[in-house]
Amino acid sequence: MSIIEKPVTPKPRKPWAATPVDRAKTGGIVLAALAVSFVFVAVTPMSGKLAYAAIFCLAYLVIDFVVSFVKAGRPAAVDSFFRGLVTTAIVIAVMPIVSILVTVWVRGHKGLHWTLFTKDMHSNSFTDPIGQGGLLHAIIGTFLLVFFAMIISVPIGILTALYLTEIRGKFTRPIEFLVQAMSGVPSIVAGLFIYAAILIPFTKTVNGFQGSLALAILMIPTVARTSQEVLKLIPSDLREAGVALGGTQWRSVALVVVPAARSGLITAMILGVARVAGETAPILLLTGGSGTKNYNIFNGSLGSLPNYVWQAFAAGTPESIARAWAGILVLLVIVVILFTAARILGNRKVGKK
Amino acid sequence: MSSTLTQPPATIPPKREITTKPRFSDKVFRGVVTTGGLSSLVILGLILIFLLFNGYNTLKTQGLHFLTTSNWSAAVNDAGQIDTKNSHFGIAAMLIGTMVVAVIAVVVGVPISVGAAIYLTFYAPEAIKKIMVSAIDLMAAFPSVLFGLWGFFVLEASSEYWAKLLNKFFSWIPIFKLPAPYVTRSPFIAGLVLAVMIIPIVTSISREIFSQTPLDRMQAAYALGGTRFAMLRAVAFPYARSGIVGGIMLGLGRAMGETVAVYTVLNIVYQVNWHILFSAGGNVASMILLKFGEASPYEIKALMAAGLVLFILTLIVNSLANLIVSRTGKSGR
Repeated sequence: MSIIEKPVTPKPRKPWAATPVDRAKTGGIVLAALAVSFVFVAVTPMSGKLAYAAIFCLAYLVIDFVVSFVKAGRPAAVDSFFRGLVTTAIVIAVMPIVSILVTVWVRGHKGLHWTLFTKDMHSNSFTDPIGQGGLLHAIIGTFLLVFFAMIISVPIGILTALYLTEIRGKFTRPIEFLVQAMSGVPSIVAGLFIYAAILIPFTKTVNGFQGSLALAILMIPTVARTSQEVLKLIPSDLREAGVALGGTQWRSVALVVVPAARSGLITAMILGVARVAGETAPILLLTGGSGTKNYNIFNGSLGSLPNYVWQAFAAGTPESIARAWAGILVLLVIVVILFTAARILGNRKVGKK
Repeated sequence: MSSTLTQPPATIPPKREITTKPRFSDKVFRGVVTTGGLSSLVILGLILIFLLFNGYNTLKTQGLHFLTTSNWSAAVNDAGQIDTKNSHFGIAAMLIGTMVVAVIAVVVGVPISVGAAIYLTFYAPEAIKKIMVSAIDLMAAFPSVLFGLWGFFVLEASSEYWAKLLNKFFSWIPIFKLPAPYVTRSPFIAGLVLAVMIIPIVTSISREIFSQTPLDRMQAAYALGGTRFAMLRAVAFPYARSGIVGGIMLGLGRAMGETVAVYTVLNIVYQVNWHILFSAGGNVASMILLKFGEASPYEIKALMAAGLVLFILTLIVNSLANLIVSRTGKSGR
């Protein structure tokens, strides 16, 4: 009995994975749906890319349903149909994002040139040719607006989050509720509020700081909610260790919990900034839209990127609209950079240095 | 040598007081944090007070007509002063317009968002899921003026196509009728732009709720031989239903308060318009922005009252939504 069989390692089988036959079938269904959509568009008076897309989706769903029904019966057919339906949904949901990004680049890059970042609009109008004037004043203005909004809202937002996670007094539930309610305040209402509370009784004129205040109102809920999520993730062992070593609650929060959550709190801050950098409605009511550089946020009309885009769009000539798209492109690049930074920081494990 | 033993130590440390009484620094800390925590209450309260204070006069003189009539005229008498007797402010048309565009946004946007959330939670391969989730979250940070411009220059063309198609085949339904053949800049198109704008929030809330579906029940459904759809129908949908309703209402709240995008794409006409494909409409927020530029101080008070109505409306919708969403996770189902 010296027959020593070579040990057979069973090949792992994946019964759920698509076999070549399955793939061929899917390909066949797609081709059939394509054919149907071409025939349908040719025969009926419908026309255009949209018609092709819509008929293709419908035809795919129907053919897929029929094929599955014949092959595996009703439950499989319904399952397959539903899979097609949700796949269509995600494609439709992502389509606008792709469309927006492509549009902004295609229409915006024509308006890009170096003077955008070195000049302002004090001696040019929006209808001048693209090469003249720039949006330096708007970039400075947006930076100032967002910076001051950040200075106001980040401490308040983080204190709110600390209250909700560390103190948990009797107001915890109501405050959690109010913060969520506050995140739904329409931006125009925030603008009207600052107009009523600051501009009418005190300043009686536009300035940048009022815009910052309105942006801060819109930013607080984002900062508070994101910070709360982060602080929740800090293990309570850390807090207990701090207290057990004889530290007061103040010291264990300030020296243990907050440093542990640091990168998450920075993420919260950046997300808040990304949320308000492009806010337009309150800016239009409160800050004015000067075309000249203005470094003083407390005095005088302050230009900003959303305001620049808005004015350029309203001017309505081809040059001004090209300017509007260039402005949007710059604004969008800022937002995307902020968002990516927040993502990278947020993906780092909380609690690590 | 025993003297060292008998000698008492030079100083006896005082007995440490063991107590749960907070120290002074903690009192300060808790005070500061609590004050910060109450800021949301203070801010919401201040918004209410200031808008009410400024809008009170209008609300008093116009009474309920402010909500039920559609007439906005700030009359000026011969002396160039504001004629309070003949000034009429009513926002019914804009309230109806707000609801019309928001409901269109929800009807179009929610099936897409919920479908996308189901795909991302139960169907998507890990790599695709990561990219798509990032993309959809990024869309939430797009400025609203960008949505407005995109809607005006890009979406307009394709939605006109759908508008004409709807009018052709469904004009027997009253809302799809056209009183005149103008379909550009209609509430329908504004609704589509808003639908795109609420996709990120509704998708992320639905995704969060679907991802909490109890794993054991999902596995039980599969073990009984159910298809994926059967599992979804028996386990995920009943579990997520009320949470999705909350997500929809949050989307509705967002859509009701949107200003700049609606202002850009919609042809704002101060009249009640139920024909969603017809080129006229408006919502409260965009009306405020439109009238604000050339408004007299008297008219601004009326706009404050309109802002108050919008604030209360969105607050109610959002609060209901948040109540429903926060109940979902905690209930036993």
